[in-house]
Amino acid sequence: MSYTAAHDDHHGPEKGLLRWVKTTNHKDIGSLYMWFAFAMLLIGGAFAMGIRAELLQPGLQLMDPQFFNQLTTMHGLIMVFGAIMPAFVGLGNWLIPMMVGAPDMALPRMNNWSFWILPFAGGILLSTFFMEGGAPAFGWTFYAPLSTTFAPDSTDFFIFAVHLLGFSSIMGAINIIATVLNMRAPEMRLMDMPLFVWTWLITSFLLIGAMPVLAGAVTMMLTDRNFGTAFFDATGGGDPVMFQHIFWFFGHPEVYIMILPAFGVVSHIIPTFARKPLFGYSSMVYATASIAFLSYIVWAHHMFLTGMPVAGELYFMYATMLIAVPTGVKVFNWVATMWKGSMTFETPMLWALSFVFLFTIGGFSGLMLGIAPADIQYHDTYFVVAHFHYVLVTGALWSIIAATFYWLPKWCGNMYNEKLAKFHFWWAMISVNVLFFPQHFLGLAGMPRRIPDYSLQFADFNYISSIGAFSFGLSFILLTYIVIDCIRNGTPSEARPWDSAKGLEWTLPSPAPYHSFNTPPARAVILEESQHS
Amino acid sequence: MAELERKKITKRFWITLVSAPILMLLFAVFVMPPLYEVLCDITGFNGTTGTVETEQQYEVDEERLVEVSFFASTMPGFPVQFGPKVASMDVVPGKFYTTSYIAKNNTDYEVVGQAVPSVAPTDAALYFKKLECFCFTRQVFKPHEEVEMTLRFVIEPEMDEDIQDVSLSYNFFKLES
Ligand code: HEM
Ligand SMILES: [Cu+2]
Repeated sequence: MSYTAAHDDHHGPEKGLLRWVKTTNHKDIGSLYMWFAFAMLLIGGAFAMGIRAELLQPGLQLMDPQFFNQLTTMHGLIMVFGAIMPAFVGLGNWLIPMMVGAPDMALPRMNNWSFWILPFAGGILLSTFFMEGGAPAFGWTFYAPLSTTFAPDSTDFFIFAVHLLGFSSIMGAINIIATVLNMRAPEMRLMDMPLFVWTWLITSFLLIGAMPVLAGAVTMMLTDRNFGTAFFDATGGGDPVMFQHIFWFFGHPEVYIMILPAFGVVSHIIPTFARKPLFGYSSMVYATASIAFLSYIVWAHHMFLTGMPVAGELYFMYATMLIAVPTGVKVFNWVATMWKGSMTFETPMLWALSFVFLFTIGGFSGLMLGIAPADIQYHDTYFVVAHFHYVLVTGALWSIIAATFYWLPKWCGNMYNEKLAKFHFWWAMISVNVLFFPQHFLGLAGMPRRIPDYSLQFADFNYISSIGAFSFGLSFILLTYIVIDCIRNGTPSEARPWDSAKGLEWTLPSPAPYHSFNTPPARAVILEESQHS
Repeated sequence: MAELERKKITKRFWITLVSAPILMLLFAVFVMPPLYEVLCDITGFNGTTGTVETEQQYEVDEERLVEVSFFASTMPGFPVQFGPKVASMDVVPGKFYTTSYIAKNNTDYEVVGQAVPSVAPTDAALYFKKLECFCFTRQVFKPHEEVEMTLRFVIEPEMDEDIQDVSLSYNFFKLES
């Protein structure tokens, strides 16, 4: 299992399509992941357009409720497992070896496998639409017994797809841990590592702890459905509420899997454009680690209404609130980094700044939901929908877009069109708020989530929200154009396109060579490029 | 070009990395469900009721009364009519009581089912003990048969004094016969 850099030194990429099938190169695989995630984002986005089109007006216009539920279910699954998670793995693949001064990932062959499983898993998941009984319609949380006793036959394919997806992300996580711990430049200490590497390292441990639990949950579903077990079936001595415990034991760490790497990205961009070192580097590392730890012990805040004893409600309420402390540390550190900085507002910075604002709004609504007695009112309403879209869209996705603009010159060697990119930012920024902000009001007024039709008093805000959705959806066409235009016709970029950017990746030429650091960088360079002052 | 002195991935490290997720999977399937069941039994979470083996003696406070209400429901597709004989009873904690539920099979064929009990509030579940209950075993209903099924229970005096209403509900599930 040892890596021998000498072998790979000379050959560049293979020619033709087979290059992409057989590649073990971290940059190729990173690009594959990113393009796959982008395709899934567009597909999941198309489902969302369907959902919002139906919700534009009260009444049933376009589809029957069963199909509507298939759309919401697949939208959630595709976005979480197909778009956000693979995009972060793609970023990790591209950036981590460069950031730790390594030539490639530690386990390149496994890397190839973890990617190529994905299109199959995604394909299986999407193919359920064409099966008899339709796609799964039980929500992305697939609660039993809806997903066991009352689910369509295609559910078994869904289960298989989830197994594959889990397998892929566990392999990805193993690879990242091995890369960070073994391939790091010998002179780079753990506390010299940039935050994106730190956050991904910690995320990998979350993946290894949480994804197998998801695999376990779907395995139990599978045996309940087909082999006569009764894990979640009360008739046979099982318990459907236990499904929720197991699911959320996975589910809550999962939401942090989708946000910790985002914290890392933003911790790179803000110092660059504030022209100051990151404030509180080590507190950032410890905050990330504590968030990861806490994320394992708060799961039942999704279950305040399942009839938990008061002691349980209190425990999960306070433990949930506790997460706000390390999260707050991070937000304050970002703000302190900008304090008295010489800020400029290039596109990556715009995305990172709006991340800080909008993610914090999502954090606040999370705190409101974490108040057990208040959640009795909010649970399963559009307020929850607004909450998780603020943290996932304007949080996780925002950071992915920010990262794309920030590192694109390094990846493809060209600069994007700044004017267009800024225009696109404002378009997306305004429309996303028109889309999701009114959903807070809808939720507080009592509109349930996962319904295709609603009472008349919800009509106005839904109309506004849908208009925002169509506009936000359209903005992605422009994003696609900007990225492709940059790759094809962008002006060549310098090695360090942002003057005050720090990090080993900027010491490489643009575009980055096929193999990053065949000779590990020296201690002096590592210190010069490190994030702490 | 100088060969690098990067660390090698040792066998032990490799084994740890691979076995960790496998162990988590086994934990989820083989440890979490039994653990959950044990937790529910100990704490009464989820309204899991307890049982007693014999008609033991409790300290009885005749002044104290708890109203126990009985509920019944059936899962979709379960063709037997099912309900409590009395809607509620006043109960002195520490004393044993008997009541019954009535079930009528309206169909021309035999139906097999299992009743699953649940007690609310959760804090009462731990002290609601059954000596005898039709929910202990599967029930077989002959075509057009009407049966009275008994239940003998006690509320243990250790239950919090603040709890004055307890409800017991059964949900009947169909079993494959
Ligand atoms: C201060 C931090 C946070 C707190 C206190 C918090 C709290 C909560 C609570 C209590 C709920 C359950 C609401 C209900 O169903 O009634 C919830 C739902 C949710 N949260 Fe958060 N949250 C926080 C941050 C995040 C982050 C960072 C993410 C993801 C990046 C996230 C993703 C979600 C998702 C996806 C759901 C909905 C799950 C479903 O479909 O039911 N949350 N949050
Ligand atoms: Cu959560």
